[in-house]
Amino acid sequence: MELLHATDVSKSFETGEGPLQVLRGVSLSLTAGTSLALTGESGSGKSTLLYLIGGLDVPDAGHIRIAGTDIAGLDDPGRAALRRGTVGVVFQQFNLIPSLDVAANLAFHARLSGRHDAAWTAHLAERLGLSALLSRFPEQLSGGQQQRVAIGRTLAAKSELVLADEPTGNLDEATGDAVMDLLLELVSETGAGLLMVTHSMRLAARLDRQVGLRAGVIA
Amino acid sequence: MPVRAICAALWLICMPMIASAQGFAGLGQDAEGYALPTPAPSFTFPQDHGPHPEFRIEWWYLTAVLEGADGETYGVQWTLFRSALRPEGDVQVWMGHAGITTPKAHFTGERLARGGIGQAGVTPAPFVAWIDDWTMQSRAATGDALDALHLTATLEGATYALDLTATGPFVFHGDNGFSVKSNSGQASYYYSQPFYEVSGVLNLPDGEVAVTGQGWLDREWSSQPLDAGQLGWDWFSLHFEGGERLMGFGLRDEAGISFTYASWITPDGAVVPSNDLRLTPIRTAKVAGRDVPVDWRVELPSQGLDITTRAINDDSWQATLFPYWEGPVTAAGTHQGRGYLEMTGY
Amino acid sequence: MIRAGAQALWSHWARHRLQLLVVIIGLALATGLWTGVQAINAEARVSYDRAASALGQTNLQQITRADGPLRLADFVALRRAGWLVSPIAQGGLRGTGLEVLGFDPFTAPQGAAVPDLRGAGDLSAFLVPPGVVFVHPETVGRLPDGLPPARVLDTIAPGRLVTDLSIAMQLLRSDTLSSIIVLENQPQGRTPLSDLDASYMLSAPSEGSDIARLTDSFHLNLTAFGLLSFAVGLFIVHAAIGLAFEQRRVLFRTLRALGLPQRALVGLLAAEAFVLATVGGSLGIVLGYVVAAALLPGVAATLSGLYGASVSGSLSLSPIWWLTGFVMAYIGAAAAAGSSLWQLSRLPILAPAMPRAWARANARTARIQAFGGLGLLTAALILGVAGDGLVAGFACLAALLLGAALLVPTALTLIIRGLSRFGTGVVTRWVWADTRQQIPALSLALMALLLALSANVGVSTMVGSFRGTFIGWLDQRLASDLYVTTRTPAEAAAFQDFVADDVHAILPIISADITLGGTPGEVFGIKDHATYRDHWPLLEGAPDVWDRVAAGTGVLVNEQLARRDDLWTGATLTLAPDWRMQIVGVYSDYGNPAGQAIIGYDTFSARFPDISPLRFAISADAPAALRDRIVMDFGLPPDNTINQEEVKAFSLEVFEQTFLVTRALNVLTLGVAGFALWASLTTVATMRLPQLAPVWALGLTRRHLATLEMGRALVLALLTAVLAVPVGLGLAWVLLAIVNVEAFGWRLPMQVFPWDWAQLLLWALVGAALAAALPMRSIAKLPPSELLKVFAHAR
Repeated sequence: MELLHATDVSKSFETGEGPLQVLRGVSLSLTAGTSLALTGESGSGKSTLLYLIGGLDVPDAGHIRIAGTDIAGLDDPGRAALRRGTVGVVFQQFNLIPSLDVAANLAFHARLSGRHDAAWTAHLAERLGLSALLSRFPEQLSGGQQQRVAIGRTLAAKSELVLADEPTGNLDEATGDAVMDLLLELVSETGAGLLMVTHSMRLAARLDRQVGLRAGVIA
Repeated sequence: MPVRAICAALWLICMPMIASAQGFAGLGQDAEGYALPTPAPSFTFPQDHGPHPEFRIEWWYLTAVLEGADGETYGVQWTLFRSALRPEGDVQVWMGHAGITTPKAHFTGERLARGGIGQAGVTPAPFVAWIDDWTMQSRAATGDALDALHLTATLEGATYALDLTATGPFVFHGDNGFSVKSNSGQASYYYSQPFYEVSGVLNLPDGEVAVTGQGWLDREWSSQPLDAGQLGWDWFSLHFEGGERLMGFGLRDEAGISFTYASWITPDGAVVPSNDLRLTPIRTAKVAGRDVPVDWRVELPSQGLDITTRAINDDSWQATLFPYWEGPVTAAGTHQGRGYLEMTGY
Repeated sequence: MIRAGAQALWSHWARHRLQLLVVIIGLALATGLWTGVQAINAEARVSYDRAASALGQTNLQQITRADGPLRLADFVALRRAGWLVSPIAQGGLRGTGLEVLGFDPFTAPQGAAVPDLRGAGDLSAFLVPPGVVFVHPETVGRLPDGLPPARVLDTIAPGRLVTDLSIAMQLLRSDTLSSIIVLENQPQGRTPLSDLDASYMLSAPSEGSDIARLTDSFHLNLTAFGLLSFAVGLFIVHAAIGLAFEQRRVLFRTLRALGLPQRALVGLLAAEAFVLATVGGSLGIVLGYVVAAALLPGVAATLSGLYGASVSGSLSLSPIWWLTGFVMAYIGAAAAAGSSLWQLSRLPILAPAMPRAWARANARTARIQAFGGLGLLTAALILGVAGDGLVAGFACLAALLLGAALLVPTALTLIIRGLSRFGTGVVTRWVWADTRQQIPALSLALMALLLALSANVGVSTMVGSFRGTFIGWLDQRLASDLYVTTRTPAEAAAFQDFVADDVHAILPIISADITLGGTPGEVFGIKDHATYRDHWPLLEGAPDVWDRVAAGTGVLVNEQLARRDDLWTGATLTLAPDWRMQIVGVYSDYGNPAGQAIIGYDTFSARFPDISPLRFAISADAPAALRDRIVMDFGLPPDNTINQEEVKAFSLEVFEQTFLVTRALNVLTLGVAGFALWASLTTVATMRLPQLAPVWALGLTRRHLATLEMGRALVLALLTAVLAVPVGLGLAWVLLAIVNVEAFGWRLPMQVFPWDWAQLLLWALVGAALAAALPMRSIAKLPPSELLKVFAHAR
């Protein structure tokens, strides 16, 4: 089943020196239960594409279908519903809600989407090695712990499509690898699709497929 | 500075004889309905010792040259001025000036009062002139009320209490008491009692001093006593060792002394009016920032008089709000004596 | 190096113009309201001094008579005994609200502020009937017909006619003097006072005039408001400058890493604060002038209405108050920047870049604040219970307000923690948690809001209590229908016959000036009548109080006298050396600064056989018709007959005027607090992105987030307003039970007005909504790229 299908997606930003064309007609697709690495250098447009797919921003042209719905036609509340229910995003940093403790952060997305399952969440916490940290606040966690909470939060909400933007970019190699292992393992267990942006070819190689972006087009 | 203001106004109203140039302008131009002196008057006593409210200005002016038990020469002044604010005579203002001069110091007192409430006034019988606690009161059992007086005043830092006893008659200046004050005819009623023997006590900061000496009372009232343009005057009252007295004054205008008059008073009280008085300053002193002629040559050729007067204290400055010089002097030359000098308009 | 550093620091303001505006407006508001109030106070004080000490009455001794009023004969007797004294005849010109002040130009003390009579003919015009009245330009239009010609003089107090003593006594239709003042430097050898007349008494100069004493409280109120506004403004500046420091942490680190010494950095920042204070202070002084000029006419009306004090309605510029304005601006900037500079000067070079360093300091600060707040509230309690004097009263007020303000963050945190138990939804729980975390950032603005709101509650409670009590008291005190003043004893007798058939009761009002407890006061004699028994506003009294007053065995005293000399029911009052009576009751007597006593009519007549009643209180069925008859048929001037209804209406009008200025300042303070909230929310909004972005990414719309933010602001404002109610009531209690008693000598019962609180809560919400509207709008319109930057960039 095709989870994600993007066709001819374009996006430009207004800058001081005029419009900057970031994506120039990108197309790609992803099937449920598989993973895809989106690679490219800084400024290649890979993060922008990820955000458009996540309903965080709106493309100038093209279509993005997720689980059969063209999200380019969604209004703001529609895109918010998409983020709540269908996709989950793990950013490079600042994923967590500073005012909530780890337990609340883990459960937050699931509660928002109405799919909270305490046993599942507890299981995820166990698997992610967070059980002892549930009452801590984000600022009291290390970078690796924070990213594990972010991954757990997305999986707890049973998102069909997990989007990850350099999830280990702020971590050292050993910690990054450990986080990566958990991510891939859990995504495959849940049967969700994973789209990950990275500039590391080493990490990209661990995913099912790899697509390279260069200057806004598929390389 | 209201008091200064009031004094300024009062000065203009009641002291035109000693008015300064700017103060004098505009006053005495006409009598504006007030009574005017007429020649050859006849006075009735004791009524005429009292106030004449229908005249604009009037004063009871006493000076005394005294010798202390300590051998020093002293001078004392006691003056009460009356001024009417309108011809009806129903609004009166009173002003008292007092002074004590010693060779080293000069004390001043000044009081103001409205008429009609009893704070100041003069009653002819029994005779008493007062302002606040200052009094000039008759103590004469017989004869004229002014033959024997008791005098008190409270100055800044000093007081005095004197008894005065007249040893001669009143003298009437000019034409029987009609005294002309300018070439254009301004005049006043003017009589004096120059024959007082004085004794009493001065209360000075250093202590009491018993004094004896000679006193001189002037009574004068008028409505337009000065001519416009007259700036001030120099006035002498002198007691000579031979028993004679001299009252003489010179009135100054821009050109200098332009009008003089003298009454030569014989020991028995006869008056010889004279127009040949000559007054010549021979020494000026810096007094209160002004050049004041404190020593004079006084000549009255018709009486063979040629004397020099010298101030006991150059600083006999009456620092009232409109100030003038008033103090005792000694006289030497053809006649020896003592007396009082008043100089205004400096 | 310094120049480059300054440029780098300044570039922050160039890029954050709104923040710069907030700092400058905050300083301007703080300085402006303070300066405005000071300008009003200064102008009023100048007017009082001019009015009160025109003749030196306030700093010179006076001579009074124990057995009755002073007359001209007393003045003359004293002068003739060698005393340098001067008479004054002063009183109200009937039916005009104007005051006549007659003096004696010949004996008035040197330097007295009376007209210059130096001009040619001025003294004559002044003394010779009809004389001259000197008045302030504003008074000219109020002069009735039939007065002497008026001359205009700026130095005369408004509402006052200065004229010669004798003219004044004619205008006042009086043959008595209001006082005889004793000049300084009396000569030696004057007759002792006791030898002159045994009833002469030398009284010490009154410390300030009655007016100054009465109005002190009013001005203290104004000053308190000025300080309050200043404090609120400081909160704004503190928040804005603190934010600017926070935002420039990286810059500070970079500058220091590049070799700018710490001392130079601190110096530069101090210089920056100085420049900001100068600019803000200048604007504030202009603002203060505008505020003062706008409020002064109201103040003038208030003061003349309530206290009879005359204040010019025009403002004069005085260097003192604009200098103090600058001083206050510098103090404010120093207070606002001081703590940030202190922290900066102590932090290691790399620490400023650690975001939590400041946050942890904030947590500690919050704890210290909470303990400080508790300490201040305790101090306020101790001062309130045990304190003595006006200063203690105001210290108590200050401690109460500041203590309450310091406790706001802690109290709100606790309340929200409690409330968050009731929210079950995930978003609700996040909102509570987030609100709690946001409190430190908004705490200064919320403190400012609490101060403004509690001042509002306190002042409106005080005014309302005052009003309620005052109306009730007027009803009691003015129980009769008509109050009539006859001019002579013969007329009084004829008048009593004239009205005998038309009235239920005709009660003589008879009084004498006496000395009560060493200061001038009045004693009244009253007939035994139901009017008094049923209506007189007794605060306390013996059971048989009226019987004993009638029988001549008891005396009533007013509250002022009772409080001043601690003389209550059962104590003995000395009315004269040989005359003592037991106090059988105490009555309220608002608006009267002096002591007063009431005795039976017969006792009064026996003591003061010369005084016969000229004034009468009349109860009648048809007072209006009777009044017409008294004027038309009996021939009494209309001004001599006063209708009780008119008095009440006039009194209430005066009363409403009185508190107009208070209300205006209240609104201004609330406005400043609203601005503080807006400034805080605006500056906080940019720092809120890291909190909001993850939630948005997880599926909440920006509109939803903005709505939640608005709700949060409203909840915080509402909670603060709720906290402000008890603080405001405490404030009102201190004002009514401590400050009023010390300042006026009477105590007012406190009444509460919950409807006012409801309105105030509403206003607080409206204010918060307005303050939150702009920042919320910008959140709702925030481009997604801005939110995404949170995840992509290191802060």
